[in-house]
Amino acid sequence: MRPSALVLMLLTLLPAVAAAAERESFTIGYLEIADDPRYAEVRSYTGLKLRTVHRPFPGAEVAARESRATGRALGLKLGLERRQAADVAGLAAEIRGMRDRAGIRFFLVDAAADALLALADATRDDGVLLFNISEPADRLRREDCRANVMHVVPSRAMLTDAMAQYLAARNWKRVLVLRGEQGQDAATVAAFERSARKFGLKIAAVKDFKLGNDPRNRARNNIALMTAEPDHDVLFLADGYGEFGRYVPYQTHLPRPVVGAQGLAAAAWHWAWERHGAPQLNQRFDRHAGREMKDADWAAWAAYKVIVEAVARSGGTDFDSVAAYLKGEALTFDAYKGNPASFRPWNNQLRQPILLHTHNAVAARAPLDGFLHRRDVLDTLGDDEPESKCRF
Amino acid sequence: MRHSAATAVISLAAVMAAMTAFADGVGAEPSGKIYVSNEKSSSITVLDGRTHEVIDEFETCARPRGMHFNLDRRQFFVGCADDNVIAVYDTATAKLVHRIRKMEEPETFDLHPSGKWLVVSNEEDAAATKVNVASGKVEGEAELGEEPEGVLFTADGKTVYVASEANNLVHVIDFETMEVKADIFVGTRPRRFALTRDEKYLWVSAELAGEVDIIDTATNKVAWDILFLPPGFRREEVTPVDLLITRDGKTAYVALGRANHVGVVDVESRRITDYILVGKRPWGLALTRDESLLYVANGLSDDISIIDTGTHKVLKSIPVGMIPYGILIDD
Repeated sequence: MRPSALVLMLLTLLPAVAAAAERESFTIGYLEIADDPRYAEVRSYTGLKLRTVHRPFPGAEVAARESRATGRALGLKLGLERRQAADVAGLAAEIRGMRDRAGIRFFLVDAAADALLALADATRDDGVLLFNISEPADRLRREDCRANVMHVVPSRAMLTDAMAQYLAARNWKRVLVLRGEQGQDAATVAAFERSARKFGLKIAAVKDFKLGNDPRNRARNNIALMTAEPDHDVLFLADGYGEFGRYVPYQTHLPRPVVGAQGLAAAAWHWAWERHGAPQLNQRFDRHAGREMKDADWAAWAAYKVIVEAVARSGGTDFDSVAAYLKGEALTFDAYKGNPASFRPWNNQLRQPILLHTHNAVAARAPLDGFLHRRDVLDTLGDDEPESKCRF
Repeated sequence: MRHSAATAVISLAAVMAAMTAFADGVGAEPSGKIYVSNEKSSSITVLDGRTHEVIDEFETCARPRGMHFNLDRRQFFVGCADDNVIAVYDTATAKLVHRIRKMEEPETFDLHPSGKWLVVSNEEDAAATKVNVASGKVEGEAELGEEPEGVLFTADGKTVYVASEANNLVHVIDFETMEVKADIFVGTRPRRFALTRDEKYLWVSAELAGEVDIIDTATNKVAWDILFLPPGFRREEVTPVDLLITRDGKTAYVALGRANHVGVVDVESRRITDYILVGKRPWGLALTRDESLLYVANGLSDDISIIDTGTHKVLKSIPVGMIPYGILIDD
């Protein structure tokens, strides 16, 4: 019940077509590393493909198509430009080139943690803002946070917090953890242990598994043996590779549900999510890319959309005003997950609901009912302000 | 939310009043039936308007949502997004009359005051189409933002407003040419419209902003907004969708989605006068002809709440199909 604050920033378009010819253009950059090992095909024994990972560019393309009408209303020609380079130095050169040639200041970056961090440092004084669309590493939101990087994809801590909330809500409080050998598995378990402490779960034990049939090593490769004791309510599996994990459900000693890398999983997005406009977005993406929308696809879509939203609401393309709006409290971004999303000022992470899904259904949306917060329930997921280790 | 014996009597009296108030209608004698589209069970539930008993539930096309009477109310239209069809039913008998096919994902629509055309928002096509009711032919199309949603004609039929959910825009369209005359930025995720009696203001619900924006139709600018916040709720839990303004132009009802309430607004002062607790995630609203009863479709509790507009009390809730969306009252 207030005179609208929107009034000042509203733009009414006079005859839509008339202005089209001399529209100012506003282009968003998209950067990726060639031969990024994350997109290498991982084949298992007998040639099975355990996971197929696609580059998330189609997510940005869908967002750019969606934004055409916004561009018309703003009198802007919205664009998307994709560049690939062999390394960080190459990407930094692309950034400077795109900025100098076309005035591009906002960049979606699909790169792993080390590359993303190096790119942020290399372009720190270039007056550009980077958007992380695929790297969940918690350290990028903690000691390695950077003021010129916005994180659209959820952190690992947000995902494990969502899972811990779910287990706590069901009162499945004793958790047996099986940990794989990949570097990511250790990070996942570390994040889960932190989440368990936060939401009052008890870690019954953490056991490292090893692929193989060596009978002398059965304490680490025999699933029934590993899951017999100590007793637990639920088994949390950290297995980035997937070869061990796919045999864990239904082969445990005790009849216990499996979550994490198998069974119930936490994610930014899922193709079976059917509320808050998600079916429309999933269908648009599927029609465009010919596959299901995954977390990084969603993050690329969301990053493009949130920049356009900030341009529309801040009333222009001025870099400082758009960046200030993005980081400000007024942002009410529609992430297609219900709650309005916005960036946490203490670490530039997009606060957002997390989906807990099985192979074909979204079982719950975190934050779950009953997990409260003094300001925004979304801040029950991931690092909250008081414990944040990020110093810009 | 169950009704007591005393309120049931009031309810019955109110319905009787509603049933006898059809005299100002233009068409057939009302059947007294209430139709509810259930988007997940792809069915239509039929209620008896007097007893509020469910008298039938029949299968319709896939994912039925928006519903609208034709001009003489002898027929009604149902938009089925998953079948790309608008089904036309006989109001009295609930029999399928025909289908308007090849409509791209019709979600909601409005009938031109002449009764000759529908303007349909095509959810997956970023367009609104002008459909000739008699021939079923598309006679025009406007290119809009993604996920077009609410559609509303002005009384003279010259202008039609369409909301684009994904672009936070209200499109002002010239009906004759189907050209977009203006795109107006509003709050996040605009859904439905209501015009004030004098058509000086267009109200639009902004689902994710938790507000209703009020557009000055002379300048096409947002002049005001009403932020809803029932006691005990957080801002993000308030997601307004459907809204109605009474015939006397004095009162607006707004379904508040996840907040599980209907907001009541005094139109002139734009003040919220009450919040009425209903079922889970109310979206669709419908008033009886005499406006004594307000029907509310609760999408996530699969039921309908019936509110006495005099007392703001819920008289009864009635289980219907899965995810009830739209309500039509033939009274």
